Amino acid sequence: MRTKTTIASLLAATMLVGAGTAQAETLRLLTWGSYAPEELVQKFEEEYPDIDVEVTFSNNEEMIAKLRATGGAGFDLAQPSHDRIYAAQLEYDIYKPLDLSKIDTDAMQPSLLDGVKANTTIDGEVYAVPHQWGTSGLMADVTKAPDVKGWDDLCNPAYKGKTSMRLRRTILLGTAFSMGEDPFAAYADLDKYQQLLDKVADKLIECKDNIKAYWKGGDDLSAMMLSGEIVASETWDSTAYKLFDQNKNIVFIPPETGALAWIDTFAIPRKGEADDAAYKWINFVLRPENVTIMSASTGAIASIKGAKELLPEDKKAAVNAAFTDADIDNLKFFANIPPGVEDMEGKTLEKIKAATGG
Amino acid sequence: MTETPAYDLECHGISKSFGSVRAVKDVSFNIPSGSFFSILGPSGCGKTTLMRMIAGFEEPSGGDIRIKGKSVLGTPPNRRNVKMVFQHLALFPMMNVYENIAYGLRCRGASNDEIKRRVQDVLERIALPDVGGREIHQLSGGQKQRIAIARCMVLDPDVLLLDEPLGALDLKLREAMKIELKLLQHQFNTTFIYITHDQSEALVMSDHVAIMNDGNFEQIGTPQALYHRPNTAFVAGFVGDSNRWSGKVTASDGTGGTVETAQGLTMQFTAGGGLRIGKGEAVEIFVRPEFINTVRAADAAAAPGDNHMDGVVDSLLFNGANSRVLVRSQTGELIEADVTLTGDGDLAPGEAVRLSWSAQHAMCFPRSGDA
Amino acid sequence: MVQKDVRRLTLILLFAPFAMWIALLIIVPHIGMVALSLREKVAPRVYEFGLGNYIDFINEPIYWNTLLRTGSMSLLVTALALLIGFPIAYYIAKIAGNRTRGALFLLCLIPLWVSDLIRAFGWILLLRETGVISTFLQWSGLVSGPIEFLYNDVTVIIGLVYTVILFMIVPLVSTLDGMDDSLVEAGYNLGGSGFTVLRRIIVPYAMPGIVSGCIVVFMLTAGSYLTPILLGGKNSSWFTEQIYDQFITRFNWESGAAFGFLLLAFTSTVIWLGLKLSGQTLANTVAKS
Repeated sequence: MRTKTTIASLLAATMLVGAGTAQAETLRLLTWGSYAPEELVQKFEEEYPDIDVEVTFSNNEEMIAKLRATGGAGFDLAQPSHDRIYAAQLEYDIYKPLDLSKIDTDAMQPSLLDGVKANTTIDGEVYAVPHQWGTSGLMADVTKAPDVKGWDDLCNPAYKGKTSMRLRRTILLGTAFSMGEDPFAAYADLDKYQQLLDKVADKLIECKDNIKAYWKGGDDLSAMMLSGEIVASETWDSTAYKLFDQNKNIVFIPPETGALAWIDTFAIPRKGEADDAAYKWINFVLRPENVTIMSASTGAIASIKGAKELLPEDKKAAVNAAFTDADIDNLKFFANIPPGVEDMEGKTLEKIKAATGG
Repeated sequence: MTETPAYDLECHGISKSFGSVRAVKDVSFNIPSGSFFSILGPSGCGKTTLMRMIAGFEEPSGGDIRIKGKSVLGTPPNRRNVKMVFQHLALFPMMNVYENIAYGLRCRGASNDEIKRRVQDVLERIALPDVGGREIHQLSGGQKQRIAIARCMVLDPDVLLLDEPLGALDLKLREAMKIELKLLQHQFNTTFIYITHDQSEALVMSDHVAIMNDGNFEQIGTPQALYHRPNTAFVAGFVGDSNRWSGKVTASDGTGGTVETAQGLTMQFTAGGGLRIGKGEAVEIFVRPEFINTVRAADAAAAPGDNHMDGVVDSLLFNGANSRVLVRSQTGELIEADVTLTGDGDLAPGEAVRLSWSAQHAMCFPRSGDA
Repeated sequence: MVQKDVRRLTLILLFAPFAMWIALLIIVPHIGMVALSLREKVAPRVYEFGLGNYIDFINEPIYWNTLLRTGSMSLLVTALALLIGFPIAYYIAKIAGNRTRGALFLLCLIPLWVSDLIRAFGWILLLRETGVISTFLQWSGLVSGPIEFLYNDVTVIIGLVYTVILFMIVPLVSTLDGMDDSLVEAGYNLGGSGFTVLRRIIVPYAMPGIVSGCIVVFMLTAGSYLTPILLGGKNSSWFTEQIYDQFITRFNWESGAAFGFLLLAFTSTVIWLGLKLSGQTLANTVAKS
C-alpha cells in the first residue's frame, strides 16, 4: 500500500544516516496488531509531513527476538509489555534509556507511570513509559456458563469439552492465583517457584480433558466462542469486548482472584535512528483526541488520566459490563520476569502440552 | 477326445472395432502345430490388433479364438499359454537375465530347483549359457533378442507371438537374426506367429504367410505361392517387386486375352488367382522384373515372348547378382527388368533395347476401388 | 592460452551465483547454527562452549518423545501419501488420455496456489464442530449431535497428506511415464497376476520415483509447522513447534539451534536408512526425477 513512500524513505534514511538533521525521516514502529490504526498514522503524517511511519506488527516474544537478532537495530520504537523489558534488557541489551523530558509524562496516570518506571529502571535509567493497559481474564457466554467466576472454572466438569485457554504463561499465573498462591511473590525464590509451577502443571494436565483445544490467537478464539463450540475461555479483555459487540451474552469476567493486568509500553531500541520522531509519536498517540481512535482499534485503555472516559461508547459499555471498581482495585499487574523464569515456565508449558492426560 | 488337435491356433470370424473403426474384419485362419506363420501387412492393417487379441490384451468384438482346440475367449492374458515377444522386447530392466527368464516360472509357483534347472537348460538351448548373472543393459541387441525368446520358451507355450522383434536391429544383425529365429523355431518345434511389415522377413522365415490389408486377410499361403500365384492385386503389388500397368481388356476368353494399357500398349495377359476376366473390364497388370527379358535393339528379332516393348536404357542398378536395368519406353514410362551383368559387353545407358515377356507372366487383376 | 583463461573465467562467473547462494544461504547459516548450539548459557550475557544443549535434549523425555512422535507421524504421512499417490500417479501416467492428463496434473497443483495458512483454515472450516461436514451430517440425519473432527492427530495427518501428496505424485508420474506399457503386458503375458505385476515389475521400476517422492515428502512433513499447529489437538506437539518455542517464546536460541540441528540429523538418518533398505542411492532417485 505504501511501498513507494516506504522504499523512498528507506533509501533516504540509509543515505542520511549520521547526517543528523534528516529532511524526511522514517519512523519504524514495531508494535502489536491494531496498535497503529491507519487513520492515526495518516493524521500523524499530516501533522509531521517530514516523517514517514512504517509499521511492523508483532508480539512480545517476536519483538524481543527481532531486536535481539540485530542487537537493537532495525526499528525506532517498540511496544513490549512492561514485564518483558527488564530481563530482556539485562540479557540482550536491546533498548536505550528514555529521555523523559521529551515525553509529556504529566498527562499520564501517575500510578501506571510509576509502576512502569519501577519495573524498567536499570542503573537509574528508565527504559519504558506506559502506553495502554488491559487485562487477561476470562470470558463466558453467560446464558450457557453462568457460573464462571475464577480461573479454575475452566476446569469445571460442567463445561467439559467446552472451554479453552491459551497455553502461555498467563494461564500458569492465573491458575497459581486460583490455587491461593502468589506466583509473583514466588519469583524471589526460584526453587519455590518451580514447586509452584509443578503444582500448576499437575492441575492443568488434569484439566486437559476439560479443554476443547488451546487457542493460538484472537481469531480462532473468537470463532470458537461465537460459534458456541466453547462457552468459556481464558482471554484478553480486548477480544472479549469485540465479541460483546456481536453477542451481548459474551462478557469479560475478571477472575475472583483478580484479572492479570499488563501495560504495553514505549521503548526505544538501542540502535534506533529516529528518536525525535519516536518521541513525537509517543506524545501524539497519548493526546486525548487520538486516544479514542487508538482505543477503538485496540480495545485497550490508554494510560493517561481520565482514559476510561475517552473510550469509544461501545468499548465503554463493554468495560462497564465487565469491571466494577472493586475489580479494578483487585487487578494484579504482571511482575517483572526475572532471568531464568521464562525457561522454567516454558518447560512447564511443554510438559502440559506433551502430557496425554486429556 | 484325447487326440491332439491338428491346429495350435484357430481363429473363426474374428473382428474388432474401436468405436466406429473396424480394425479387424471377420478374419479366419488355422495354424498347424509346429509351423512358422507370419502375418504380413502394411502398418495400420490391423495385424497388431489381431495379435493382441490372440494374446488376450484385447477382447474380440466377434468370433472365436481357439488354442489347442479350446476357446480362450474370456481367459485373461496371464492364463493363456500364448507367450509374446514384444516389439521392443520388454525385458525387465530391474532384473538380471536369470530373473527375467525365471519370472514366468515363479509366477507358476515352480520350485527353486526346477527354476534353476530350466533356466540353465533354456540358456544353453539359445547358446548363451553364461549370461544368467548379467544385467539387461550389458547385453548386445542380438543377445537381448534371444533372451526375450528364451523367457517365453522356458514356459513351453502352445504358441509364441512375435511382434516385429527385429525392427529395432540394424540391417546386418537383422539378416543374421532371421536365420537364427528360423533355427530356434525348428529347435523348439513350437508354433511361431510372426508379425511384420517387412516382406523379406516374412518370406525368408515362414512356412505360411498371411497377407493382411485393411483388416482382412487377402491371402494365406506358402511364400512361393504368394509370390508366384497372388490372388489379388494387393498381394501381387505388396509381395515382391512388380512393374504395374492399368488398362482395359479388349479381348478375353475368361482366363486370358488382350489388354490395352492406359499408355496405349497392347499386351497379352493371364488372369491371376484363377479369376475370370471379361472383355471391357478395367484391370491392373503386374509383371515381375525377373520375367522380363532384355535384348539390344539389334537383336530384337531374337526376343522371345508374347509381349514386346522398345525403349532406351535409362540407368543401370548394379547389385551383383540382383542387378537391374531401368528402361524408358517410347511412351515415357520407366520399366524395371532383371539383367545379368557379367562385366563384359553389358548394356549401357542410352542403348536402345527391346523388352519382352510372356503372357503367362503378365498377371492381371480386376481393378479394385482403391488400388 | 588467452581463450582458455577467458573460458575459465566465464565458468567461474557462471558458477559464482550458485556457489554464493549455497554458501551464504545454506552453509554459513548452518555453521552458525552448529556454533550457536554449542554455546551454554551460564549467566546473562555470559556463554561457555559445551554440549549442554544436547545433553538437555537427551535428559528431557518430552523433547525426544516429540522428535520421535514427529518422526513416526511423518513416516506415516509418507506411507499414506505413497499409498494414495501411487494409484493417482499411475492413472495420470498410464491410463489417462493426453488431455485429461494435463487437467489432472493441474488439479493436483491447485492446492499449491494457496498458502499453507489458507489451506489449514480451509480444513478448519470443513472439520470444526460447527463446520461444513458436521453440519451436513446432522442435516442429513446421519448423526444426532455435532461432531468435532478437528484437533486430533488424524486431522493433522489428513492435512499433511493433502499438503504433500503432490510432491509424491510428480516424481512418480515422471518415472512411471518412462515405463514402456509393454513391460506390464509382458508381466501379464508371462503368467503374472495383477499383484505379481505390481510387486515385481511396476513397483521395482518406479522405485527411484518412489524413493525420491518419499524423501521429499518426509522432509517436508517433518519440517512442516503450520499444519500440525493449526489442526493439531491439545496433545499433539510437533518438533518444529518445539524449535519455534525455544527461539521465540523462551529466547533460548542456543537450544533452539541444537534442536534444529538435531531435526536435520534425525531426518537425514531416516533418509539414509531408507536409502540403504531400498537399495537406492541419492544419485539415481532425487537427482533423476
